[in-house]
Amino acid sequence: MTRTRKPGVSRRATLAMMGAGAVTFATPWVARAQAKTIKVGMPTILSGRVAQLGTSSRNGVMLEIEKVNAAGGLAGRQIEMVIRDSKGQPQEAARVARELVNTDGCEILIDAEASSGAFAVHEVARDLGVLCIHTNSETSALTADPKQHIPNAFRTARQGVHDSIVGGSYAAAIAKAKGLKKWATCSPDYAYGRDTTGEYVTYLKRFAPDTEIISESWPKLFQPDYTEVVTKILQAKPQALYTCLWGGDLTSYIDQANIYALFSQMEVFAVNMADYTALTVVKNLPKGIHSGNRYIKTYPATPENAAWGDAYKAKYNEYPTNWSWENATAIMLLAEASKKANSADGKKIAEVLRGLKIKSPFGADGTVTMRAEDQTLVGYAIGWGTTIPQEPYVPQVQAGDWKTIFELEAEWKKSKGYT
Amino acid sequence: MLPLDIDALTGCLASSACLVTQTTSGFIIGMLLFLVAVGLTLIFGVLKVVNFSHGAFYMFGAYFAMTAYQFTGSFALAMLCGAAGTALLGLIFERVFMSRVYGSDVLMQLLVCYAFVLIFDDVVRMIWGPEFKSMGMPAAFQVAPLFIAGGVVPPYYLLLIGVALVVAVVLGLGLARTRIGKVIRAAAHNPGMVSALGINTGLIYGGVFALGGMLAGLAGALAAPVRSLTPGMGFSVLIESFIVTVIGGMGSILGALIGAILIGMIRSFGSLGFPLFTEGLMYLFMVIVLVSRPTGLFGKEVA
Repeated sequence: MTRTRKPGVSRRATLAMMGAGAVTFATPWVARAQAKTIKVGMPTILSGRVAQLGTSSRNGVMLEIEKVNAAGGLAGRQIEMVIRDSKGQPQEAARVARELVNTDGCEILIDAEASSGAFAVHEVARDLGVLCIHTNSETSALTADPKQHIPNAFRTARQGVHDSIVGGSYAAAIAKAKGLKKWATCSPDYAYGRDTTGEYVTYLKRFAPDTEIISESWPKLFQPDYTEVVTKILQAKPQALYTCLWGGDLTSYIDQANIYALFSQMEVFAVNMADYTALTVVKNLPKGIHSGNRYIKTYPATPENAAWGDAYKAKYNEYPTNWSWENATAIMLLAEASKKANSADGKKIAEVLRGLKIKSPFGADGTVTMRAEDQTLVGYAIGWGTTIPQEPYVPQVQAGDWKTIFELEAEWKKSKGYT
Repeated sequence: MLPLDIDALTGCLASSACLVTQTTSGFIIGMLLFLVAVGLTLIFGVLKVVNFSHGAFYMFGAYFAMTAYQFTGSFALAMLCGAAGTALLGLIFERVFMSRVYGSDVLMQLLVCYAFVLIFDDVVRMIWGPEFKSMGMPAAFQVAPLFIAGGVVPPYYLLLIGVALVVAVVLGLGLARTRIGKVIRAAAHNPGMVSALGINTGLIYGGVFALGGMLAGLAGALAAPVRSLTPGMGFSVLIESFIVTVIGGMGSILGALIGAILIGMIRSFGSLGFPLFTEGLMYLFMVIVLVSRPTGLFGKEVA
């Protein structure tokens, strides 16, 4: 006796038919969805000691993405963020960026890496031709050096040289008024610390030629104890101290210098002090530390800026960082450019981005501009003020003058052989 | 800038103000390091394992102290919590995990410890968050620094040096003079015999590990008011305390004390005379000790 098949549809055939049906019905839906959403890739640092860079960058981006998507997305396409951890390693940042474009199908990159990683992602953008917005790297050369220039890469971060010009002129004015001639510096021993301090001193001396640096300290990055550096500075007896220590290093330094009463013996200029990450952590913040603004919701003193800071705090239960506004600005510019171009195409957006001026809570005059010639952000709020131990932490910020910044920046570029 | 600044160094040595300030500064750096290193050296001396996860106890001590301080506002309680919490953690860690790898390959021990370095860092990240924290200086110590012979000495640092010195004396005398000390030394020398005499060596091992963890935790708690707290903060402290134990000799308490003070002085005076080579100076000194006395300054030849 042979086994005969029962008439009708076999189980295998049923399964096959169901599968085919699913594909036929599902595919057009998938295809439509793909056309509708636009993926934006974002390599950033989400683990390790500076994970806060990545989380506050992501928060800044997501806050704006929500608004853009609610208003219809980029030329009608909803934005889908694909955010990956680079662990702060440049080679990993480059690998992640490449994968985001090639494998995940991202059409735009938001590069929220620190400087070392940003240069690596920049090379990926050069290679793939994808629209890339650097949001965190403040190293001037990234956009100032013509060798780095590519038409598809932009920067929405502040720039080291701008900070140095404003910081130097602010310090010089105080040096002249108070007769501060002898200066000391204390900055972390790596590229950022060395470059920023060098530029700052250059402009300090330019605006106040009779100042001199009598002591330099270069503690290493993430050093737990600064006692020997603190006492060394006390021995040198300077009238003023400049430091670009940041984050936990800066708060350690302040706690340790505080018990030596260092802050009552000299004027202290700490460019990275006025960021909520440091301001809210230091328990005994000394009064009267001079600092550059990073992000502070009271400067610019506009309702728009205060509202943005509060909205961020309401959503994430902490204040924004310097990185938050830089990343939010990238999305604001993208949305506006896409609207103007009436397209979500990277090349068309890039075309409009060059020279684009938008309304912004972070603008010195309520607007920021993506400067066409070097594709970097200008016109953002930049200034210095002194600290008080409680909110608003820096009550008065003296605004930097963008006219002076432009003049001196042009001169600096010439001296570097960039123009 | 020149890599060495001999004028600054000789100028400092000639002035009493500078000498006092820099010497206390060296002691502060050294004494915290001593507390971490002595635990490391004690654990090695008795248990014969190199505890690479020792930095984590320093970190936990700081976080425990900060949390206790936030809740109670009492500095003394904060220190107590930092020390007691890490002692308990040390005991559990030793009984549950480390006791399983005694006598096994050193690579296996290293692997277990390194795994826990990562796990402990992540635990801290989960409980307290990834961003850095600050405990803040207790109001009692927010006073103007003392001026001794023209040198600046913060009162809090005097307390810190005092506590560490007391620990050094109590540990040294305790091991040398008391019955428990003798048993611990005997267990270090010949655990089989000690066990045969009816003494619970597991208890001794657990106790020594807890003591080591407690000392590191105390160091973390004492450092919490002046150093920022981050996951992974134990790492750089661990590296320096290894240098200390290598210089002083593995297993020697006096060696840890002298080694730690030497490192403190190198940092404090080195930053004046060799501002660009202070780190290098520490390692250079370690190399010189290793070449001339491979067992460290106070280390004994391994029988």
